[in-house]
Amino acid sequence: MKKFDKDRLLLAVAGPVLALVSALVLTVIVLAASGVDPIDPLRIMIDQAGYEDIQVLIINQAGIYYLAALAVAIGFRMNLFNIGVDGQYRLAAMISAVVGTAVSLPGPLHVLLIVVVAMLTGAFWAGIAGALKARRGVSEVVSTIMLNAIATSLIAWLILPKNFGVQPAGSNDLTTGDIPESGWVPSLSLPGGDIYGFTFVAFALGIVYWFVLNRTRFGFDLRATGASESAAQASGVDAKKMIMTSMLISGAVAGLTGMPLLLGESHTYNLSFPLGIGFTGITIALLGRNNPVGIFFSALLIAFIDKASAGLDQNGYAKEIGTILQGLIVIAVVVSYELVRRYGIRRQQQKVGEELAAGHALKTDNKEVAA
Amino acid sequence: MKILYGMQKPDEGTIAVDGEQVSFANPGDAIARGIGMVHQHFMLADNLTVLENVVLGGEKLYGIGGKARKKIMEISDAYGLGIRPDALVEELGVADRQRVEILKVLYRGARTLILDEPTAVLVPQEVDALFDNLRELKAEGLTVIFISHKLGEVLKVADDITVIRRGTTVGTADPRTATTKQLAELMVGSELPSPETRESTVTAVAMLTVEGLTLAAADAVAAEPETMGRTAPEDSYIRESAEAGRLLLDDVTFTIHKGEVLGIAGVEGNGQTELIEALMGMSAADAGVITLDGRDITKEPVRKRREGGIGYIPEDRHRHGLLLESSLWENRILGHVTETPNSKRGVLDLKAARKDTERIVREYDVRTPGIDVTAASLSGGNQQKLIVGREMSHNPKFLIAAHPTRGVDVGAQAQIWDAIRDARREGLAVLLISADLDELIGLSDTLRVIYRGRLVADADPATITPEELGTAMTGAATGHLEANNDHVEGSAAADGETTEDEAR
Repeated sequence: MKKFDKDRLLLAVAGPVLALVSALVLTVIVLAASGVDPIDPLRIMIDQAGYEDIQVLIINQAGIYYLAALAVAIGFRMNLFNIGVDGQYRLAAMISAVVGTAVSLPGPLHVLLIVVVAMLTGAFWAGIAGALKARRGVSEVVSTIMLNAIATSLIAWLILPKNFGVQPAGSNDLTTGDIPESGWVPSLSLPGGDIYGFTFVAFALGIVYWFVLNRTRFGFDLRATGASESAAQASGVDAKKMIMTSMLISGAVAGLTGMPLLLGESHTYNLSFPLGIGFTGITIALLGRNNPVGIFFSALLIAFIDKASAGLDQNGYAKEIGTILQGLIVIAVVVSYELVRRYGIRRQQQKVGEELAAGHALKTDNKEVAA
Repeated sequence: MKILYGMQKPDEGTIAVDGEQVSFANPGDAIARGIGMVHQHFMLADNLTVLENVVLGGEKLYGIGGKARKKIMEISDAYGLGIRPDALVEELGVADRQRVEILKVLYRGARTLILDEPTAVLVPQEVDALFDNLRELKAEGLTVIFISHKLGEVLKVADDITVIRRGTTVGTADPRTATTKQLAELMVGSELPSPETRESTVTAVAMLTVEGLTLAAADAVAAEPETMGRTAPEDSYIRESAEAGRLLLDDVTFTIHKGEVLGIAGVEGNGQTELIEALMGMSAADAGVITLDGRDITKEPVRKRREGGIGYIPEDRHRHGLLLESSLWENRILGHVTETPNSKRGVLDLKAARKDTERIVREYDVRTPGIDVTAASLSGGNQQKLIVGREMSHNPKFLIAAHPTRGVDVGAQAQIWDAIRDARREGLAVLLISADLDELIGLSDTLRVIYRGRLVADADPATITPEELGTAMTGAATGHLEANNDHVEGSAAADGETTEDEAR
């Protein structure tokens, strides 16, 4: 039994390693083919990660990515593709910023209110897709993508000065006004900069995610539904309810994605709030195999590529090299995981066959049945 | 078998085709050598026509148009397969689908045919038709490898018999001289396992009563292909009713007492699946009342019913009984996640679940190196034993056993029968649905025949023969089936449906 566990661990590591190595090799090939020194940009990126201020940026970014990836992973675990994390997160950040600005409460309560509003907004937006899927069978992929576009338009309208928006003097940016200081989450000050306090909440949420999925009845039902919907249904899972619940949870976590930035630095929602976090979250959830620890390292890696590649411009290289690397990672991940998965299944079947042939079956005693 | 078809590589040993030593890296190599396989689970695309299914993947051979059609008809006529190339596969019955599978293999130029448990899903009449086809193939000089655990059939159709047990050849036999008993002894290494239940344990206490259960096909999801497409091939009536999609279950009424096994015979697609789903709560009945142990469960969801004591051995264990890529202990939790020892107050108790999985593996003789392997890596028989063990571990009051021994080897079959018999002795009520008529007759205390969603006939398993039951399954006989009468009183039809079963 121990041997199978070790095998499984090895195989679990083999997938990402294979993906990363092949993505790196492909990047080098792409760089060489375009007539650029293939090694130097990578070296610069690694050098960049040595600076303390870059490290802080990476960790802060990783916290944001981590939340987005968790939101995606919850859906993935039951075969739901929540492509709409991006829209859910932006709308949630916007609405919670508006609410946070409008009210004034004592410290922790104020923060809590903002967070709860964000989760509710995210859950509501994802819930639309969930309800459409459960009631009408609409593919959540299509509906969440469309809801992303609707969220973009909705935010653009809501943030107009005649609605909730504020135009700071002498700027053509639009914001939702400033959240009073009681609604801020203190940051951890390091020599390289400030780490958002909510980043730690993000990583702690990974533990909650692990516990709920792996140790609770609800988590088991969710995973069973993902593994085989028909078997889960026969086991007593209400599939429609499960679609709705997991979409709501996924949306609620997606709603949290904007919180590190909103509560820790910007204290307002403005036009420069990052776009596309939800899509990066998909990459990270895939790379991390929906596993909280895997997602943690993937989030760090992608954040590293993001932040370290920014420095390439000053060294005469295009910073889009980072984007190329990320894109290649996605492709490599999908291919290598499938390869490893198939290999694993085949290998296990073979091993089980061998062990049984060698008579290593667990001690059997069918007399008890016959008796 | 997998090795012969190139799906797996041998560690040792050789294969010779036509005296020439060969090795197969993949099924393509095997096909090129003229070896073709007809799988137990059909591999056909339901929404394509027969012609399209046959040429799929073999487009290079004769194209996809007229030439292919000509070739198909040629093969079909040569071996008397009676193929209609333009029929949609979803409209075909099981036997027809099987013939399409055979044709597919012949179309690719196979000279050696491997048939894996081909009769598991057929009624006796269809089995005879299949055997006629096989004899045609034989007459044309083709080689057929017929894999089956039904000994009578092997004796009937084979020219030479090889018995395999646990991966080794244990003997060969000549079908002209061998008896089923001898074969069975070779197969299990001991005496013939028989589904015979010895003494009756039926009590007068009703455990499950079903009254007037009716289920109409919802138009939007009418005739789910897997279930409704599997209608009898020769019987246009059945197909028509499936297409019309009126009543999948029509006023089904029966009672199962404590300690009673009620067997339901019927050609697949006559409402068995729907009956199970209605009893499990997976589909809501349009009319009727289901009472379990004195409690009305008609409106309860699946989980409540399972907690209330319904055990379920599904007809398709891969779709409804297992998470194939999950470990055995996770599969042990499946369906009983809210019950001890699997969880306490919403939190899983992995330690207890694992321990109990080990117990099941031990007591039900599930052959596995450990409980962390995936369910997919076990053989069908061992998967089924795990399911039986799991369902029995929660002391069910009522067990739905749908084809409990389908695709299961003889040894496991006997163990599963034993488990059902033991539980029955302890007062379990069992609904047994099976295509294996020997199993039905042997295990059941009471037999009912389902036809087009109605229970049309009942029979006494002590006196009925498989042939008589087979006739009733095609709708040719209704009412109470008397064994010693060749003709059955059809007038009793109405009584047969509505009378409560008395304990026999």
